[in-house]
Amino acid sequence: MQVAVISGKGGTGKSSITAALASLSQNIVLVDCDVDASNLYLLFNSTHEEEYAFVGGEKAVIDYNRCTHCGLCMVYCRFDAIVTENGKIKIKEVFCDGCHLCSRICPEKAIAMIEEKNSKYFAGSFRHGKMVYGRLAPGEENTGLLVNKVREKAKQIAKFQRIETILLDGPPGIGCPVMSTITGVDKLLLVTEPSLSGIHDMERMLAVAKHFNIETKIIINKYDLHTELSEQIEQKAKAWDATVIAKIPYEPLFVKAMIQQQSIVEFAPDSPSARIIASIYDTVLLH
Amino acid sequence: MNKNVKIAVAGGKGGTGKTLVATNLFYVIKEEGKEVELIDCDAEEPNAGLFFNGNLIYHSDVMLKVPEINTSLCVYCGKCKEYCNYNAILMIGFSKYIKVIEELCHGCGACSIACDYSAITKKNRKIGEVNQYQVQDKALLTEARMQVGVYSPVNTVKTALKQNPHPYVQIIDAPPGTSCPFIHSVVHADYVVLVTEPTPFGLSDLKQSIETLKGMKKFYGVVINRVDEPNQEMMQYLQKENIKVLAQIPFDRDIATVYAQGGLIAQHLSAYKKVFTGLLDLIIQEICK
Repeated sequence: MQVAVISGKGGTGKSSITAALASLSQNIVLVDCDVDASNLYLLFNSTHEEEYAFVGGEKAVIDYNRCTHCGLCMVYCRFDAIVTENGKIKIKEVFCDGCHLCSRICPEKAIAMIEEKNSKYFAGSFRHGKMVYGRLAPGEENTGLLVNKVREKAKQIAKFQRIETILLDGPPGIGCPVMSTITGVDKLLLVTEPSLSGIHDMERMLAVAKHFNIETKIIINKYDLHTELSEQIEQKAKAWDATVIAKIPYEPLFVKAMIQQQSIVEFAPDSPSARIIASIYDTVLLH
Repeated sequence: MNKNVKIAVAGGKGGTGKTLVATNLFYVIKEEGKEVELIDCDAEEPNAGLFFNGNLIYHSDVMLKVPEINTSLCVYCGKCKEYCNYNAILMIGFSKYIKVIEELCHGCGACSIACDYSAITKKNRKIGEVNQYQVQDKALLTEARMQVGVYSPVNTVKTALKQNPHPYVQIIDAPPGTSCPFIHSVVHADYVVLVTEPTPFGLSDLKQSIETLKGMKKFYGVVINRVDEPNQEMMQYLQKENIKVLAQIPFDRDIATVYAQGGLIAQHLSAYKKVFTGLLDLIIQEICK
């Protein structure tokens, strides 16, 4: 079974709750799909057993021995990535989308495409099972392809080690990396918070989930910060055919646990929040 | 302050308080009666608009030019499919079947250049919108809002940033992470305010943001949010790297409560107004250095 934890908005407590769920298991494959800011390996201090390079996109590079600065590439580029500076053609690497068009149309064959190989993904072990995570190189486009690679690796490990549950910690937002995280999972856990931002972002995330037709359960974190807004979340959830399965209070222990490199279940197993998470584990991951 | 100053508010990790800092900075500048514009570049989940009541004064749809294939002219040669680097053209030659998968198309135009039979024309697909609100006489809020189901917010972010080449102080609320959408949001900024939290997660993502900004040769400083007890490791790192701590915001339940309701702490919690006026002064000092 694959369960993904997502949130839309960043900082709702998604990773802390994922970590707590993972530490309730004896043997799980934990996957950090937030390849743009992966953090779970830090919390669990996971071992480093396998490392792979990931070829993300490509970038255009000009061979100035051939370039005649005719400007044709600039005319065709739809990404504003080619400019002239003092009559010289230049590629602004940050803007290049890697579409190859300039290199195809250049009459002098002066543009080559260079692969970007700075992103990586890793697999290892931690105290509750196996861990897989990715690290996207800064500035690269997060197309979701690295998320796919990380998930493939996780599936392979689960099959080989005969581990039944794969738990995925998703990235914030609703774009491609999120869609890659939730494609084909069995259940979604959406962590939200009672703030106007949290509700707004939850609804956009629920629209994506509906499109994928995946069963979605909602966790309201810090629910007691604003009980009226928490009620609003429950009503809005119903309208999207999603159910609120748990409400976790505002709990500074989450941060204290993280600083000790532990999940809240490990750090304060008897705290109300840890108990609520244990019941989420029972209803979502054991059934 | 000079006009045309662009200040980006970023921070690798999601939920560190970027929008909190951006909206409150905007508020204190606005209250001083200065011309200011807040641009919300977190197009996947734009939230800044929830904190202000403004009148919509401008709206535009962000369109992507995607191909349309005229099957009466198409000879199913497959050249467009070969030119497409995003697997957005599906073709089965012997069945004379060809289809554009619009969700995968980046709008590069390579397919229409490839086609020797003039079978490919362009059509517009809506991928986002840019909304601009008048919040106060001299204060504007511009929002980049990606359509649900679109692969990337970058085009919408670029359009929102291009929208306003006018002489305002601009506060740019950047998206999380250090990939493309972040880069596009900070690339034109004069100064970047990195908002972090004193936790191992915060520090790890902060380091990644700083490495990225160094590569871009940007000027930047750090705001530490939700400070309960200081994180020694973070302070040591910042000291070693000679990075300025612009402000520290305490771990305070009242902040979370005000923020939850779409309120501004610089307005509702008098103690915090000073934090943001002080932050603004420091940023200006840093920019003028």
